[in-house]
Amino acid sequence: MSEPCKMKVEICLGTTCYVLGSFRLSALEEQLPPELADRVEVAGAACLGLCKDRNYGKAPFVRINGNRVVDNATIEKVLDALKEELEKCNE
Amino acid sequence: MNNAERTRRELMIRMIRDFLDGNLAETIDRIPVEMRPRSAEPARCCVYKDRAMLKYRLMALMGFGMEEEDDETRPLRSYLADALAGKNHTAPVLSVCTVGCHGCVDSHVQVSNACVGCFARPCVASCPRQAISVVNQRSTIDRSKCINCGKCMTVCPYHAIIRNPLPCEDACPVGAIGKDEDGLVKIDFDRCIYCGKCFRSCPFSTIMERSSLINILDALRARRPVTAMVAPSVTDQFPGTIDQLFAALRLAGFSSIMEVALGAELTTQHEAAEFFERMARGDKLMTSSCCPAWVEAARRHIPEIVPMVSSTPSPMAYAGQLARKAHPEALTVFIGPCIAKRREAQKDPNVDYVMTFEELGALLAALEIDVISLEAPPLEAPAASYARNFARSCGVNQAILQEIGDSKPDAEHPAIDEKFINGLDRKSMNLLKMYAKGKLPGNFVEVMACTGGCVGGPCSLAR
Ligand code: FES
Repeated sequence: MSEPCKMKVEICLGTTCYVLGSFRLSALEEQLPPELADRVEVAGAACLGLCKDRNYGKAPFVRINGNRVVDNATIEKVLDALKEELEKCNE
Repeated sequence: MNNAERTRRELMIRMIRDFLDGNLAETIDRIPVEMRPRSAEPARCCVYKDRAMLKYRLMALMGFGMEEEDDETRPLRSYLADALAGKNHTAPVLSVCTVGCHGCVDSHVQVSNACVGCFARPCVASCPRQAISVVNQRSTIDRSKCINCGKCMTVCPYHAIIRNPLPCEDACPVGAIGKDEDGLVKIDFDRCIYCGKCFRSCPFSTIMERSSLINILDALRARRPVTAMVAPSVTDQFPGTIDQLFAALRLAGFSSIMEVALGAELTTQHEAAEFFERMARGDKLMTSSCCPAWVEAARRHIPEIVPMVSSTPSPMAYAGQLARKAHPEALTVFIGPCIAKRREAQKDPNVDYVMTFEELGALLAALEIDVISLEAPPLEAPAASYARNFARSCGVNQAILQEIGDSKPDAEHPAIDEKFINGLDRKSMNLLKMYAKGKLPGNFVEVMACTGGCVGGPCSLAR
């Protein structure tokens, strides 16, 4: 078997995302199910630049592996996205 | 974050942005329609009601309540003009927007469908008023006898008995809010202590606070000198460090910025001294006085405890004095999580306006100031950590204990025996009445109206 899949989650702690709810996402790390726990690295990030052009209607944003964006992010939405990514990677 | 909080914050960001862009007068009447277009899924009965509530929320952000609306066709831009002319804030800081009131049923205990009509019938046995009987294999409550004590709820093995809440009334520690003859919510301002618990508990966002935002923004936009006084509860409210937050405030246009914790240092010193003075003259009890909702609660509901409430000024009051002295020409703005501070500030000549953490967050978001990525020098004179800790339940006690250390000025007099009330509710109000009568041990009681202390305040940003 090759390297196990590793994933990186960036929770946007930029001001817009923070005010619109990303402060609630810090609990993500503790809520990772066992199959994800040792594969996912969670970090806070400065403004990801996605709220620019006054496009804050979809904040808070979370970015996975530098390319997949979860908007209106909630812990559940991020977990679902992570599970999908894990499946893709395991294929 | 719930839908009400989210909507409130989005609306704030939008209003601030348009104001600072200089075109709020043109856009403000369109904002409710743009935020809730006909195609949107309504959150209330229809988009029109959603829009109406947005309109009243905008009025509240400008310092007006629905109560002041005598002409329903009056456009928001006309309120904006009045706000900028300083004609707002003519009424109490809390406003009830009865348009949004759901007219919830009175709080009561009832039997739900989950009742199986069991053989043991613990509900019948536990009821102190014999209000429950079993009819057709189901428990039935006789409303004329029921006192809503909830004992039956706690004993039912099927959780079949539930309390139907009236959120605002249940949350109010002093019975100041309830329904009037038309079944709509009403605040009795002779009883209200401005703790903001109803504001936070109403699921229909019916309770609003009359904000000073427009007046603060106006001064910032005109580049008038404005001093920001940031409450100690700021820790954990914003991303990044306090140094970064101060840098952000400077970018937002505040000409000077200070920690209210510096005022808390003075409060601690004076309160500790006052405690010993009072004990020396034979007092049995002193309570803290930094929480304005508690001071109001004492004044309006426990008059016998008023002589025992410390007369030491609050951290905000001391900070206001310091700010005025340092920059007499500047407007002073207290920034915190509290609604009752709005009321305290109205009576304090050194505090011109109050802004909430939520409003500050919206301001920084509107200005796209990314707190966490700012370079910031460390504060020149940071407040002591015990003073920053003032905003947490037991923080005042710890600060005073630290201040007096082992000192006991006079061996004749008792040492401090500190107690605390973490959050006002009906139960703790009763405890305080007992303290006033000398029926409970302790000679110093810290009282904070919000659970957890100011950090749990109704207008905090992150909780
Ligand atoms: S603050 Fe999150 S994308 Fe800008």
